Amino acid sequence: MGADQLTRSGQRAAPRHTHWREQFAWFRGDTRTAFLVLLPSIILVAIFIYGFIAWTGYISLVDWKTAVENYDWVGLKNWKALFGMERFQWNMRNLAIYAAGFMSQCICFGFLLAVLLNQNVRGENVMRSIILLPFAVSAIVTGVAWRWLMQPTTGVNLLLQKVGLANIDFAWASDITWGALSITIASAWQFTGYIMALYLAGLRGISDDVVEAARVDGAGTWQLYRYIVIPLLMPVTFSAVVLTGMGCIRVFDMVTVLKGPAFSTDMLAFHMYQSTFGLYRTSLGATIGFLMLLLSLLLVVPYLRGTRFEEGA
Amino acid sequence: MTSRPRLTRPLIYAVLILFCLFYLMPFYVMVITSLKPYQDLNVTRMWELPRTISLDGLVEAWHRVAPNFRNSLEITIPATLLSSLWGSINGYIFAKWRFKGSDTIFVLFLLGMFLPYQGILIPLVRTLQAFGLYGKQLGLILTHSIFGIPITALLFRGYYAGIPNELLDAGKIDGCGFFRLYRHILLPISLPAFAVVLLWQFTPIWNDFLIGLVVLSNPSRAPVNVAVQNIAGSWSVEWNVQMSAALIAALPTVVLYLSMGRLFMRGLLAGAVKG
Repeated sequence: MGADQLTRSGQRAAPRHTHWREQFAWFRGDTRTAFLVLLPSIILVAIFIYGFIAWTGYISLVDWKTAVENYDWVGLKNWKALFGMERFQWNMRNLAIYAAGFMSQCICFGFLLAVLLNQNVRGENVMRSIILLPFAVSAIVTGVAWRWLMQPTTGVNLLLQKVGLANIDFAWASDITWGALSITIASAWQFTGYIMALYLAGLRGISDDVVEAARVDGAGTWQLYRYIVIPLLMPVTFSAVVLTGMGCIRVFDMVTVLKGPAFSTDMLAFHMYQSTFGLYRTSLGATIGFLMLLLSLLLVVPYLRGTRFEEGA
Repeated sequence: MTSRPRLTRPLIYAVLILFCLFYLMPFYVMVITSLKPYQDLNVTRMWELPRTISLDGLVEAWHRVAPNFRNSLEITIPATLLSSLWGSINGYIFAKWRFKGSDTIFVLFLLGMFLPYQGILIPLVRTLQAFGLYGKQLGLILTHSIFGIPITALLFRGYYAGIPNELLDAGKIDGCGFFRLYRHILLPISLPAFAVVLLWQFTPIWNDFLIGLVVLSNPSRAPVNVAVQNIAGSWSVEWNVQMSAALIAALPTVVLYLSMGRLFMRGLLAGAVKG
């Protein structure tokens, strides 16, 4: 339509020229004010997030391995070195174990608790608050409490012994084989309430008509959940998988407090921190950090494509 | 979903109560341990209530973490206020002043919010050093505020999107421009959104460990969670002091949460995504 518009002088404008005007027609008055007010945020996000990501990627390709900045190009040397490290293999092993433990606990218990709380139970508000309370405390506080609970000579072991369930001296987070899995008990303790809240919001969003219709068709409780509720809650489950998955990739605080022997609980974030700020192997740290970004992108990009934020989350 | 067999209801309560006990267990242990005197810290009596209540552990822990507790307040309060105000203006623009490309910018903001801090930590440190902000509280306040831009914009955008455009149109007819519409129409009705953002910004900033550890490594300047980890990391500190320090660090967010918990279900998505 641009080509048909007349310019102020009454002549037909060249299409290209009008096109340019059309393109920037919004840029005046209050809309321009709005843009200018937003501009500092755009610039800061562009620099502090995207610029820094690019910078990190660049550092992963140079030879910066002392406290002194060094930008000598070495290509993929740091990446090859990282993939060849025994510590990196521990990181990936622990990530897999941690993810399996953390995600399954959060999602299974979160779903179960949401379903149970949704049965018109008395004291629902109190119980919901209790289950959510751990989410208010930091990972450090959680870790300190659980470190005491996971002492071999006392804590959970003592409790199990007292109630007559088991007589063990398991070292939990300090166990060389099962340490990474044990830590997920503490992390899931903190985060399950949040997943429960997500599922509860999802359950409250399922209309009674759907449930009634299924009941009329003779669906039992099991069938109702298997064929109606769980499929309807798939978007929530998707969110839960992405959010808990990202929690696994970046877990740092919890493994700092509940650190086990050698690399038994070593995670990417901890490796990154020690390499960069302990050993000044900055390029190696940047490589790990960038790898963590890439792993997160695998989860986030499909998530953002599938989520509408119109409802204000 | 009513009309279920008789047996299932007691079962539902039993399972829920067991889970509640599980979620309360660490709090119970923290509280009773922090109230025990040094002589009463026997591993075999860990689950028992203190025989005599002693505030020694709490006093000692407060003595150790009080400066860091104050640091955390001095960091968290300004960072929360700054990023809330900033977020409300950005959310107002994203919701009510859409321009060409504003939705794309918004999605790029969100994408940035989801990514782990490890991917930006090294450039952040170099930049703060270059501006003389490394090791300073102001550096941490600005860092938290900048990384709060996406999340606060998201929360306020959601809230303002629910406010009818007619309300703004009426203001425009009365001759209000960009700023007066915000100041006189939206800001006065933004209190609920500010409360939600307060809850979702204060909590992660207070609970932050990584950024505080990296930017404020000096123990006397570090935020409280870094101090708690330092205390827990040195095995010479008694458990009653460790638990007391953890309780003190947890107190502000627990109080905030208990008093504003009903706002929790709003902005639910926002809470878990911060780097």
